[in-house]
Amino acid sequence: MAVAAPETTTMNNVEAVRHTLHQALGNDPNVVILGEDVGARGNVFLITKGFIEEFGAERIIDTPLAEASIVGVAVGMAMEGLRPIAEIQFADFIYPAFNQIVGEAAKTRYRSAGDYTCPLVIRTPYGGGVRGALSHSVSIEALFYHVPGLKIVAPSFPADIKGLLTAAIEDPDPVLFLEHKKTYRLVKGPVPTGHFSIPIGKADVKREGTQLSVVSYGLYVHQALEAAEKLAADGLSVEVIDLRSIRPMDRTTILASVKKTRKLLIIHEDNKFGGIGAEISAMVVEDAFFDLDAPIKRLCGPDVPAMGYAAPLEEEFMISTPRMADTMREMIAF
Amino acid sequence: MATTITMPQLGETVTEGTVAQWLKKVGDSVEKYESFVEVSTDKVNAEVPAPVSGVIRELIVKEGETVPTGAPIAIIDEVGAATSAPQSAPAPAASRPAEAPAAARPAETPAFQPPPRASQPALDAREVQLRREADRQGADEPVPGHSFVPSNGSSRNGNGHLNAPDILRRVSPAVRRLAREHSVDLTGVRGTGTSGRITANDILAAAGREGPAAVAAATIVLDPATQAKPTAPVSSAPRTPGATAKPSYAAAAPGDLIPLSQARKIIAQRMLESKRTAPHAWTMVEVDVTKLWALRSAEKEKFQREKGYSLTLLPFFVHAVVQSLRAFPLMNARFTEEGIAVNKEISIGLAVALESNLIVPVIRNADEYSIGGLAVAAGKLIEKARAGKLGADDLSGGTFTVNNTGANGSIMSAPIINGGQAGIVTMEAVVKRPIVTADDAIAVRSMMNVCLSLDHRVVDGAIASGFLVDLKKRLEAMARGATVL
Repeated sequence: MAVAAPETTTMNNVEAVRHTLHQALGNDPNVVILGEDVGARGNVFLITKGFIEEFGAERIIDTPLAEASIVGVAVGMAMEGLRPIAEIQFADFIYPAFNQIVGEAAKTRYRSAGDYTCPLVIRTPYGGGVRGALSHSVSIEALFYHVPGLKIVAPSFPADIKGLLTAAIEDPDPVLFLEHKKTYRLVKGPVPTGHFSIPIGKADVKREGTQLSVVSYGLYVHQALEAAEKLAADGLSVEVIDLRSIRPMDRTTILASVKKTRKLLIIHEDNKFGGIGAEISAMVVEDAFFDLDAPIKRLCGPDVPAMGYAAPLEEEFMISTPRMADTMREMIAF
Repeated sequence: MATTITMPQLGETVTEGTVAQWLKKVGDSVEKYESFVEVSTDKVNAEVPAPVSGVIRELIVKEGETVPTGAPIAIIDEVGAATSAPQSAPAPAASRPAEAPAAARPAETPAFQPPPRASQPALDAREVQLRREADRQGADEPVPGHSFVPSNGSSRNGNGHLNAPDILRRVSPAVRRLAREHSVDLTGVRGTGTSGRITANDILAAAGREGPAAVAAATIVLDPATQAKPTAPVSSAPRTPGATAKPSYAAAAPGDLIPLSQARKIIAQRMLESKRTAPHAWTMVEVDVTKLWALRSAEKEKFQREKGYSLTLLPFFVHAVVQSLRAFPLMNARFTEEGIAVNKEISIGLAVALESNLIVPVIRNADEYSIGGLAVAAGKLIEKARAGKLGADDLSGGTFTVNNTGANGSIMSAPIINGGQAGIVTMEAVVKRPIVTADDAIAVRSMMNVCLSLDHRVVDGAIASGFLVDLKKRLEAMARGATVL
């Protein structure tokens, strides 16, 4: 199917978020943004800088330091027809809003038998490797992915960010939108400038390969691609799948890849125990057991309470690209 | 200290093993991990490594003898153990270098003897590597998430890790499946994976193809639906532009040389093998299915509405076949060199034609189904077959095969027996024919021929005919009011 290549501009991840929010505010008067420092300060990463001047304080709302209220108010706005984009300044601060997200937003459609939906986006920067220590490094996806009624996306390429943030804003149900803060200014790429959306729930094969399937998301997709490139120099062929959406999960893409390569490595920054990798692993064993030629392996954050500030502690927590490459080699040789 | 060695369990479904060959005699010394016995089971043949270093004191089981897993087969006196000193002392002599005239001088002081380790045959490099790995795994504990050796399974080296020989002995699900699909004997395959493990690609290489192309071929076997598209490899190798003109089975043109797909190779091999090993005899009966046809027509719509699957003649036929197999157990048997093995289960393979090949999914324990249940089970299998979603379990365990050749209009056929079974029966097309009835009138009846190919090594014509006539009676008795779905 031939589609004319859309016009693109090169942006980093921060610019992609800013560009998409700006476009949504311009296209739909029901879109509002609320959160700590999103107005006058223009967000701590300067994502919403200038928005309050352009769209007014009624649509760009500075809130008190009260996450339960930010999400709670946004749930009410969403149920009454607005398209709120609530920002939790750092994912580490999301816990006070747990009840509003899990107990209210995720259940609105079910509780009202479909009379109400909750078209709410909760954006939040997550992830470590930036010397953020205990309060600015956490990954939160596993805390929420157990909850039916909630969609979770974690794209890490600028175009994917635009496509999925647009889809999230237009989605009739709540979406938790996770932005890996280390990729914010690290990752650049072309972004379609017109209206552009990517269906939630579709993974993307970022690199095709035949000997090992690597499933990851966030910062580690970029490292996995680097590692795969290194291995290619030695004639080894690794397939890298960027999950992009954590829930719903793209079973089809994962299973097709595993059936091809017969080996699966899952890499994520969030803690290993009960993490996203555990679900992927269980799913693959249920549906592709007879295709597996090696035990599934997970490279994940260690089960420690938090990422330390001291460099050695942070380095121990974060998985380095050479370590990924070593594991890939080990699995291909197995 | 004497260690009793038991028959190992080589595979989770294996309950007994045969000592094929002792690799050591009584009095021989054996090094830990050194193979000392070859065991064969109905699944694999394997050399079993000694769990301890020592001297063989007793071989309890004779070569060729079969014992249950866990039964004692040998006793080894461990090296250096006080109680076994008198017996073990002369033992190293057997493998001592020739220049040491040791055997005659048992009283020689140990200080002048070469260390026992050095007197053993040199370890090959791989074995040394295995030991290093095993040691390292032990030393590194605990390193969650770092060691690659799986920590599940029954035999462990005390750290919760499988030791290296365990990996060598075990096969992955993919290897097991591929070996079965390609009829590859694992004992003949040289492993190229970690610690010499047999990999999926090793099986494919042994089956005659190598590398990524073979991966694609294997996926084709798993997913018959993709077989119609041999020009679209599953592997990500760059596709040749203009490859669409490549000869294909589905669009054969005069002058083409169509490459053999893996499935076609397997079909060719199995057909030839069956025809070569099983002397086929053939027989046929005519069946009056007028009443059965009426029964089926009356129930068809309701069944489709309620169960979601169409009610064809097939489930009635399979049901009757199963009853007849019960009445003639020798028809549900297979020829082996040891004797005629009469199957416990009655599991019916259904030949399903696909675009470019044939596949035979199996209804396991078909005697446990009602006619309606068979209709649903067959419907699901056929759906899966056409969608290319049949798993290994769907394709194994058949004890007898039914082929619906009538679906293509045939009125008589001579099928080839599915290897390892006593027979295959066909249901031919139902045609209306003038028939002379019992009271000498001429009537128009719906008639179906049923053909049987039998393995003449297993049964003779009398039993086969008895089976076929029994089947005919059962089909002719099926009627509205008399048959429950």
